[in-house]
Amino acid sequence: MVDSASARENTEGHISHQIRSEASPALRGPIKIQAQYLNFYYGKVQALRNISMEVPKNQVTALIGPSGCGKSTFLRTLNRMNDIIPGVRVEGKVLIDGVDIYANGIDVIQLRRRVGMVFQKSNPFPFSISDNVAYGLKIGGIHHRAEIEEIVEQSLKDAALWEEVKDRLRGGALDLSGGQQQRLCIARALAIKPEILLMDEPASALDPISTGKIEDLIGQLTKQYTIVIVTHNMQQAARISDYTGFFLLGELIEFDRTERVFTTPSDKRTEDYVTGRFG
Amino acid sequence: MRPQITEKIAFILLFLATLTILLPVVVIVVVIFAHGLPAISWTFLTQAPTMGMREGGIFPAIVGTFYLALGTILFALPLGIFAAIYLTEYARQNALTRWIRLAIFNLAGVPSVVYGLFGLGLFVIFLKFGASILAGSLTLAIMILPVIVTASEEALLSVPESFREASLALGATKWQTIWKVVLPNAIPGILTGAILGIGRAAGETAPILFTVAAFYLPYLPRSIFDQAMALPYHLYVIATQIPNIRMDTKAGTALVLLILVLGMNLSAIIIRSRFRRRKKW
Repeated sequence: MVDSASARENTEGHISHQIRSEASPALRGPIKIQAQYLNFYYGKVQALRNISMEVPKNQVTALIGPSGCGKSTFLRTLNRMNDIIPGVRVEGKVLIDGVDIYANGIDVIQLRRRVGMVFQKSNPFPFSISDNVAYGLKIGGIHHRAEIEEIVEQSLKDAALWEEVKDRLRGGALDLSGGQQQRLCIARALAIKPEILLMDEPASALDPISTGKIEDLIGQLTKQYTIVIVTHNMQQAARISDYTGFFLLGELIEFDRTERVFTTPSDKRTEDYVTGRFG
Repeated sequence: MRPQITEKIAFILLFLATLTILLPVVVIVVVIFAHGLPAISWTFLTQAPTMGMREGGIFPAIVGTFYLALGTILFALPLGIFAAIYLTEYARQNALTRWIRLAIFNLAGVPSVVYGLFGLGLFVIFLKFGASILAGSLTLAIMILPVIVTASEEALLSVPESFREASLALGATKWQTIWKVVLPNAIPGILTGAILGIGRAAGETAPILFTVAAFYLPYLPRSIFDQAMALPYHLYVIATQIPNIRMDTKAGTALVLLILVLGMNLSAIIIRSRFRRRKKW
């Protein structure tokens, strides 16, 4: 089967044909992220086992699995946020646009500006709303006021928050509701124009209405961004994602189009999990 | 004995112990206010001592203590904050940092007269600063460094990890994260520690005894290489070296020093409680 992804592999010869493990389906469309034989250790404890996975560009990829299965750890290998934990070790490769982000000489700062992240618990800074969104711009060296204001407005619009906060941009971010705070964090991540957005259970602490807003937003954002989202909520994964990966005990058990994972999974363990028999 | 009786005895014992602790504080404050307040006047606060320090005021000592407090904080605050940042944000938590922490902790237990002798040896004699505001400030700074480092470490650690994560995930460097996010949120806690530190420095006699304090200076210090009078030492001098001095002059000097130190402690408490009320995470 010659799709554009494998065509890419042929042109970029350093990507071996072995990538397609059984867990990775043949994807249509371009590939944004490729994990290759990724192992991850917290000290002596192995948290990820030989993960190979291809994340398609401009699609929503959901990572599901029971607590402690490694899905969040995997997510954090994609922008190297695990680096800040002492005593961790990574083996294998993560390619973004074909470049290994764990290779020597990779600028982690630059990487994180390309791969944005939204956390489980909303974590706005105790600054004003606009200063939160402008933070990434300022540390990136943008100080032109009109430019910042423009990007702040656009980011808040993209995060579906502008209408609610446009009259109080100077107000404290911590005065917002939980759902608004999480959308502010999304706006903050969008402001530096990443290519990929990683979301670690972004709606798990929110009420159903706020969750619905975040889910609608994710659908909108996929036009511009490649999204990888960790979720505990299988209905959510089914609703919002194009592809789903099922993790269990540090292994990627199954990775396929979402409707296949939820309707005709090829692995018994996946079936047990998505039908609610455990987890 | 019946349990009800032991209960009563225990209560009374514990209550009396608490009362005993409170008593000296109350007595000190009441006695000093009662005797010292009559001595306080505009002249007392703004004039130099006259008549072999039996008359006049204590202005040079107030100014000297102010200069020393300022000098102390100028040295101790940046050094203490930087060390605390290194220890909490950069250093790996291993045997070495545990030893460093232990050393800092023990520094807080060194008797103040030892700091005074250390300052005399290092700053006054070896570095040839002479007995001066510079030497005195440096000595006091070393003495209060443990307080500042410990308070700063606690303040830095109280800033939620999620702020650091958010900043790093946006492509900030570690230093940008510390400078823009961590430090601004730690400042009130650091300030509290700093003020408590200066309060202690302002009240100490032994460290300034050999390094800066002047028995009597007819003028105000004109540079950091001048000696200075200081309230705690002045109090010591008039209490022990000047015969036939009026009680209210001594108590008045003590009152000024007490108000200065208690005032600093009070402002530290106010800053801390304000900050607690304001923070929402």
